[in-house]
Amino acid sequence: MKFLHRSATDTTGNIWNRRADEMEWNFLATIGRVFLAFMAAVGRITRFTGQGLRHSVIPPFYVRLLFRQIMHIGYYSLPVVGMTALFTGMVLALQIYVGSSRFNAEGAVATIVVIGLTRELAPVLSGLMIAGRVGAAIAAEIGTMRVTEQIDALVTLSTNPFKYLVAPRLIAGTITLPFLVLVADIIGVSGGFLVSTEKLGFNPGNYLKNTFEFLEIRDVVSGLIKAGVFGFIVSLMGCYHGFNSTGGAQGVGKATTNAVVSSFVLILISDYFLTVLLID
Amino acid sequence: MGAMPKIELRNVCKSFGNKVILDDLNLTVNDGESVVVIGGSGTGKSVMLKCILGLLTPESGEILIDGESVINQPSHIREKILLKTGMLFQYAALFDSLSVWENVSFGLMQAHGMGRREAKKIAIEKLGLVGLGPELADKNTAELSIGMQKRVGLARAIAADPEIIFFDEPTTGLDPIMGDVIDSLIRDCTQRLGASTLTISHDMESAQKIADRIALLYKGNVVWSGPAKTIETCGNPYVEQFVRGDVDGPIKLDILKP
Repeated sequence: MKFLHRSATDTTGNIWNRRADEMEWNFLATIGRVFLAFMAAVGRITRFTGQGLRHSVIPPFYVRLLFRQIMHIGYYSLPVVGMTALFTGMVLALQIYVGSSRFNAEGAVATIVVIGLTRELAPVLSGLMIAGRVGAAIAAEIGTMRVTEQIDALVTLSTNPFKYLVAPRLIAGTITLPFLVLVADIIGVSGGFLVSTEKLGFNPGNYLKNTFEFLEIRDVVSGLIKAGVFGFIVSLMGCYHGFNSTGGAQGVGKATTNAVVSSFVLILISDYFLTVLLID
Repeated sequence: MGAMPKIELRNVCKSFGNKVILDDLNLTVNDGESVVVIGGSGTGKSVMLKCILGLLTPESGEILIDGESVINQPSHIREKILLKTGMLFQYAALFDSLSVWENVSFGLMQAHGMGRREAKKIAIEKLGLVGLGPELADKNTAELSIGMQKRVGLARAIAADPEIIFFDEPTTGLDPIMGDVIDSLIRDCTQRLGASTLTISHDMESAQKIADRIALLYKGNVVWSGPAKTIETCGNPYVEQFVRGDVDGPIKLDILKP
């Protein structure tokens, strides 16, 4: 800016001054536009969340649809969540062993594995895997329904799309992910146990004793609370982006990408704040 | 004072940004009447239909179904009003996660609370009315041709014996023979039910077959309305241009002339 102002007085005076002012204004206008767009998006998501929650607690409830979503989000995600947890537990045991053996603290491997998994890794990694598998599928399904007028058809058949499409997914996501994370906790700890006893030469009895001796119920519960929030976020982002998709196949693709990316970002941000809240 | 119209639009205005779509639109559909709204692409036909169904909210004006306003009503009131209506979408808009019979009886099960067994029986009966056999009932909608999908859509529209049926370009994308079949089915089904119908179309042949009255929409307003049989002889320059398909005339297209 200094250069621009100096050269303005040095050479062609007013023209340069005007251009510098225009650049400043354009820059500020861009920031303003981005900020306003962001606030508008926050407003739209908040309104959508409110409507989704309202229809989740007011009858009628679509029990058949809820059960179907629980199967989609929960049961069919078990293999991918199980595999993620198993290998995370195994890698965690190896890495903690490498670090702890530097100051002769190998005995802490079991405790750190179980606390790391239950409090942090199982909920976060399961949340991210579900965002990729389920969030994308929800956005694609609802997005396709939007662009092929199926959501309009629901309205004309006196069926509220929030009740029929959004509420069952929100409820299913929120109640299913904690169960998945509980399974992930067990499989992850088993992975750590396998590597520690088969590869690192730990005594199985001692490993199990160290696993449960320092594990507290709140370690598990805090992970399950996080899982519930992450499940809600994934379902909400899938529904929101699908519901608001426009413009045919390209719009559905964009909605799917946005659902996954926003779920990832919101899971990681909310993880920090939940950890702060739940740490005590 | 005459009987209350089934559908009434009073001074309805709707725009998207600076683009005015419906400009002080007035239209009525009387009890048992079949009205077809014709007009070129982008004249506001679909927007008008979406406003009536509550899918879009107009900026001003009134839309009444059986004398009850549908604008800015809470969703449960609007759902109650829509129980009287059926709708056939341009591309049928069937639910691809459901079977054919579940599509047909969707409104019966979700909005009228009917049990699955009874709903399936009615669905098969309605499929028969549109010329489809019971062997299709359990099929997935993706397995059907577009003509069959439209018939399933028609069966869904008439499943709950509605008082008012809306048709959104019912013959678009169909060959002339299938178009004629759909027109005949629409005429038969609506006459059997005694329903009032509002159809939007740009297919003149189809419009003349199914309409009692035709209204021509241009720039968001009705520029002519009259009995279907008088459309060829009405002498209205807009209608004459539209019927003949001329580029020259009072209807200006937003494209360059060839």
